[in-house]
Amino acid sequence: MDLEREFERVVAADHRIEPRDWMPDGYRKTLIRQIAQHAHSEIIGMQPEGNWISRAPSLRRKAILLAKVQDEAGHGLYLYAATETLGADREDLTTKLIEGRQKYSSIFNYPTLTFADVGVIGWLVDGAAICNQVPLCRTSYGPYARAMIRVCKEESFHQRQGYELLMTMMRGTDAQKAMVQDAVNRWWWPSLMMFGPPDAESSNTEQSMVWRIKRHTNDELRQRFVDMSVPQAEKLGVTLPDPKIAWNAERGHHDFGDIDWDEFWQVVKGDGPCNAERIENRRKAHEDGAWVREAAAAYAAKKERVA
Amino acid sequence: MSFDNAYESLVEGHEEKHWAFGTGFTHALSGVDRAISSTVDRDDLAAYCLMLGDDALVYAQRLAEWCAKAPELEEDVALANIALDLLGQARMLLSRAGEIQGTDEDALAYLRDSSEFRNVHLAEIDCGPGPGGDFATTMARLLVFSAWRLALLHRLTGSADPVLAAVAAKGVKELTYHRDHAAQWVLRLAGGTDYSRERMVAGLAVVWPHLDELFTAHPIEHRLAEAGVAVDPAELRSEVDSVLDTVLGAAGLTRPDVASVPGGGRGGVHTEAMAPLLAEMQVVARALPGGVW
Repeated sequence: MDLEREFERVVAADHRIEPRDWMPDGYRKTLIRQIAQHAHSEIIGMQPEGNWISRAPSLRRKAILLAKVQDEAGHGLYLYAATETLGADREDLTTKLIEGRQKYSSIFNYPTLTFADVGVIGWLVDGAAICNQVPLCRTSYGPYARAMIRVCKEESFHQRQGYELLMTMMRGTDAQKAMVQDAVNRWWWPSLMMFGPPDAESSNTEQSMVWRIKRHTNDELRQRFVDMSVPQAEKLGVTLPDPKIAWNAERGHHDFGDIDWDEFWQVVKGDGPCNAERIENRRKAHEDGAWVREAAAAYAAKKERVA
Repeated sequence: MSFDNAYESLVEGHEEKHWAFGTGFTHALSGVDRAISSTVDRDDLAAYCLMLGDDALVYAQRLAEWCAKAPELEEDVALANIALDLLGQARMLLSRAGEIQGTDEDALAYLRDSSEFRNVHLAEIDCGPGPGGDFATTMARLLVFSAWRLALLHRLTGSADPVLAAVAAKGVKELTYHRDHAAQWVLRLAGGTDYSRERMVAGLAVVWPHLDELFTAHPIEHRLAEAGVAVDPAELRSEVDSVLDTVLGAAGLTRPDVASVPGGGRGGVHTEAMAPLLAEMQVVARALPGGVW
């Protein structure tokens, strides 16, 4: 009981819980689930953009994209490491991912159809991710908060690179401009869905807010994202595919249209355009690499015996 | 940055440190003298920059195929890192060729056809993750390529051309890491399980036929080596052989008993793997003429 009171005091005072501190089982489980889901998203997220590394149309863009996808692998690594401070195991989490028992961000179940998608993912998808993740830099679990500081800094750099690609393309040929607009049309609504279901239907929000694992509601973050994106779209010279977007002076926010939640739930439940393919690729890489991991472990064990 | 506005960073200045693992696409050669000595044949120098640049570019293209397919996340990071180093070297070398020929790195990378590429065959063959190989074949190629290129760049640090000398000085540090990474994996795979040892032996047999080409000088390399600008690749043989024998010896492996295949990459003659590799690399750039990226 004293332990629990101490935990509550630390969290309420906005201090950090560290790996060796006592914590309620539910807190530990929720954190593992949330951090693993984030790690899985980084790893699955390597695929839609990685898809364009081989075809990047300039060597500078190829280097930027390869470095970005490499950063995602790095983010996955630190996040899996954060789950390990809670007693989870990377191999076990990977198995849960490829068996469909743990989720990742649904956004990565949409296809990347042109090189402009690389820019729009940087601008909108990384932008939405940052909106979601920036508050987590102050989350109550120390290792997660510290990992998120680094992740957010790198994500914001990726976002800027994506926006810069779009600005460059919008100064290019008509075909390039059309390609950017088409990519914005396809990614805008899925980006809004990244904040999760409306607050009224979000099952995990309340307890997570008390535990300071989560710090803003889905709808608050979504509104913030819309408010920030509208002027950026104007500056870029693209039209967001929602005729209902309008400034509401009374609310001090932009109004926007209704999200197609049927589509959201369909993708979350596994029937999006690329769910099966993304998981299959991950499963294949993991299984194809099993003999290499076994060899490395066997070699390390032999060395240990000699030493 | 503040943690309240996701878009603030869009207007921040360049902060290279925000990349987790670095990029290698900064201007590493700023401040290096780019004048070309009057005793050096400009066309030869440009062609030589393409040879070494194409080796790096084409091999980086192959390494990047592993992205999201590596056996471990750590290896995804490492292979991307090696590819980025080589891509950085390729950009400096193609830019140098471009400034001599009045063009730029992207025109050279995206608008030349297969017969105009001057890379060795070892850089272009499929060693996995495609059907041509696997992780062991990939490490076999990395070992041979990096042992050879490290020996080459080592000597090139003394080049009479200041740009080549600077590219080489930067590359030596990178290649030292690449070679070490490959050697460690060869040891692990050879000494791991029976299966991994079998794969390692098979992987070496895939790359070995392409070894001789690495030490065969093109006339341009001969001429520039005499002028003190280039390295005669024949001179690298004993050093590279000794490195390879050391690694294979430590791994308890022997050199594959396989015949050499004809080379010709330096003169623009390639394997069947080259045209599809370039078709993929160049498709977007060629589909949108006049595009700016």
